[in-house]
Amino acid sequence: MKKIEENIFKFLMILSASLILGVLLFILFSVLKRGLPSLSWDMITKIPSGGFYLGKEGGIVNAILGSVYLIVGAVLLSLAFSIPIVMFINFYLRKKSYLANISRFSFDILFGVPSIVYGAFGFTIMIYFGIKASLLGGMITIAMLIMPILIRSIDEVARLVPNELVEATLSLGATRYEMVKVMIRQLMPGITTAVLLAIGRGIGDAATVLFTAGYSDNIPASLSQPAASLPLAIFFQLGSPVEEVQNRAYASALILTIIILILSFSARYFSKKLSKHKV
Amino acid sequence: MLCFTLLSLLFLFIIGVGLFVKAIPILHDKRLWVLLSSGNWKPFKGEFGFLPYILSTFYVTLIAIVIALPLALLTSIYLTEYASSRIRQWFNPVIDLLSGIPPVIYGIWGVLTIVPFISNILAPKFVDFSTGYTVLAGGIVLSVMIIPLIISIMTEVFHSIPKEMREASLSLGATKWQTIKKVVLRKSISGLIAATVLAISRAFGETIAVLMVCGNTPLVPHSLFDSCYPLPALIANNYGEMLSMPNYEAALMLAAFLLFMIIIFFNALSRFILVQIEKRYHE
Amino acid sequence: MRDPEIEIKGNNALLSETNKSMDIIVNPLIRIEGLNLYIQNNHVLKDINLTIPDKSITCIIGPSGCGKTTLLRTLNRLHDDSKEIKIEGKVFVDGVNIYDRGVEVINVRKKMGLLAQRPCPLPMSIFDNVAYGLRIHGMRRRKLVNQTVIKYLQYVGLWDEVKGRVRTPASRLSIGQQQRLCLARGLAIEPAIILGDEATSSLDPISTKKIEEMFLKLKDQYTIVLVTHTLSQAKRIADHIVFMYMGKIIETGNADQIFNYPKHKLTQDYIKGSFS
Repeated sequence: MKKIEENIFKFLMILSASLILGVLLFILFSVLKRGLPSLSWDMITKIPSGGFYLGKEGGIVNAILGSVYLIVGAVLLSLAFSIPIVMFINFYLRKKSYLANISRFSFDILFGVPSIVYGAFGFTIMIYFGIKASLLGGMITIAMLIMPILIRSIDEVARLVPNELVEATLSLGATRYEMVKVMIRQLMPGITTAVLLAIGRGIGDAATVLFTAGYSDNIPASLSQPAASLPLAIFFQLGSPVEEVQNRAYASALILTIIILILSFSARYFSKKLSKHKV
Repeated sequence: MLCFTLLSLLFLFIIGVGLFVKAIPILHDKRLWVLLSSGNWKPFKGEFGFLPYILSTFYVTLIAIVIALPLALLTSIYLTEYASSRIRQWFNPVIDLLSGIPPVIYGIWGVLTIVPFISNILAPKFVDFSTGYTVLAGGIVLSVMIIPLIISIMTEVFHSIPKEMREASLSLGATKWQTIKKVVLRKSISGLIAATVLAISRAFGETIAVLMVCGNTPLVPHSLFDSCYPLPALIANNYGEMLSMPNYEAALMLAAFLLFMIIIFFNALSRFILVQIEKRYHE
Repeated sequence: MRDPEIEIKGNNALLSETNKSMDIIVNPLIRIEGLNLYIQNNHVLKDINLTIPDKSITCIIGPSGCGKTTLLRTLNRLHDDSKEIKIEGKVFVDGVNIYDRGVEVINVRKKMGLLAQRPCPLPMSIFDNVAYGLRIHGMRRRKLVNQTVIKYLQYVGLWDEVKGRVRTPASRLSIGQQQRLCLARGLAIEPAIILGDEATSSLDPISTKKIEEMFLKLKDQYTIVLVTHTLSQAKRIADHIVFMYMGKIIETGNADQIFNYPKHKLTQDYIKGSFS
């Protein structure tokens, strides 16, 4: 009797796990199946001609480069805030300081805020400062989105730095500021992993850029021009009646997926390297 | 550095206040209760009833949880208690990938596979006609998105249960399954609640994937096979027209604000529960 | 004092040299033959041959890392779930080799009660903890369950302390009380053998004393095998001693003999405290 129950559940368990694995493969396969035939050299090097929604010719390089610009800007902007904040919390405040606990808690919450809220908020800010939907607007909004991710990941590695290392550096006569610079170098692999994770999240997100980055057939030449992005390229072009345009959407999906796969494996690889040096 | 930290602490407040301030105009015009319970969304007439959107969000999330929770729980139990370490190693990248796939890709997958499936194969068994762009589609796509989250929390919770507790049960002659049922699961209940709450908050806020498969019709859905229009989709779809009408922008900002507050509440609740568990573990 | 020699009867001819000094009991409840245990190619237990005397307290002593706990756990097959552990040899309990193919592990474990190093109350009430073993083995009638639970709580001296709150969570008890609860829980399934894995090492001296008194009371009816990390505990309560070093059994014998006239140099050194 008891055996039967256990066996039934074991079967259900293996079924669930296989189902989940299967769904992942199914998703990857669907994207591959539709996207691969549309992938061509032209596709990744040309901008859409005749308007992205109806034009039959051209490719998606506007979206590819747009996304790249957006994410690079966002990461730089966000790191400028994230690294000082994490360093401050970990190396200037006492371990159990109230400020540190509240900060961590509030960043955890910010981590869970959905991207649409960041999009709406970013839009509000842009209007307030008179920024139009542009590369700059997108960068700022994505920077806000990925900041909690960066902070959380970097914080996790910063916490692991043994106190002895901190004290040893300080007793050599370094100021706290110099010590922090040493720490940043020490934490580079951790920071790299965090950046990879943040890029993965930021590059694929549509809701942040929907209001804030605009969309364009062209590659943005300055911060104030609107920028296309891969997620929006998919979103806007999928519903087009023109088949070639739909193909562009699938190709964008494939490229985005490939980027994510690369990022994911690199992040794994880096964090494994990190733990190899751990004692 | 101190400034940055303080600034970012305020960030949470700034977002809330910013959205709220933008939402004030509409709160001046109508009472909150009317806004929340009315089913009429006619911006041109100045009527903003949020009910269909709130209900849509609720239904889609409910379906997602109903599908995701059993699957994620069974898989977590399997991974921590039964699977060999090789299988476990192989599964970790799977979970990472699933949580890393951008929502828009889930949306495409939904449009390519789930929607036609519902429209052509599933729905005809139950209703006369369905486009496939339904509550069910939204729920299915959403459930796949939250499963990795639940699994990663639950596997951690299971791992935190001391080995001795399992051994104590086994030494009394219980089978592995009895031990799981009566000891492991019992001890993990609060972790399960925390994971569910977190998953709910994630599901609430997911915009793009659901938007692409849910149909976007502002009516209160009456069955699984009806279209729906969750709150995030409302905000996303109408931003372009916001500025053209009085109160329209305020209404959308109110929607964003509501979403923000609900999600903060769920997030804080779940973090709180998880902290309690950690404290207990270290006692 | 113990009898120095008892006639060997039955099939004990397989016992090796190192066991000759031990009291040989007729029809021993636990007998280990040629036990070898490997953890991922590490030879952790080396050719163990051992007889555990009935209805007495046997303490396994030795420096940390020598394999005492590993040995103890082979007795109730707690290593079954570890995929890295390979076991060769035979362990006879009540005449049956528990590592035989046909033997159901639950039946083996029902004969034993394990008291672990850190008291581990199950996540339920005091009452349910003791009743756990009873219920999973099929005892249904409430009255019987009630009676049994109360009986064993009284036996370990907990009943007076907890009778007003048996339905409250067991985790709220003090650590000494928790360990006594675990003992009651183990006794409730009416085992023949009690295993203790450094059962008092997390307790304060008063609780330790209470548990040791319990063991002394129990040895009339149960066979008790304890791993102890302190020589003083072994001196206080052991009838028989097994001394292990680096996975091998170095010397066995009754307590008086081991402590006062140890035969092996390693034993002598350990007793003197030269290493631990």
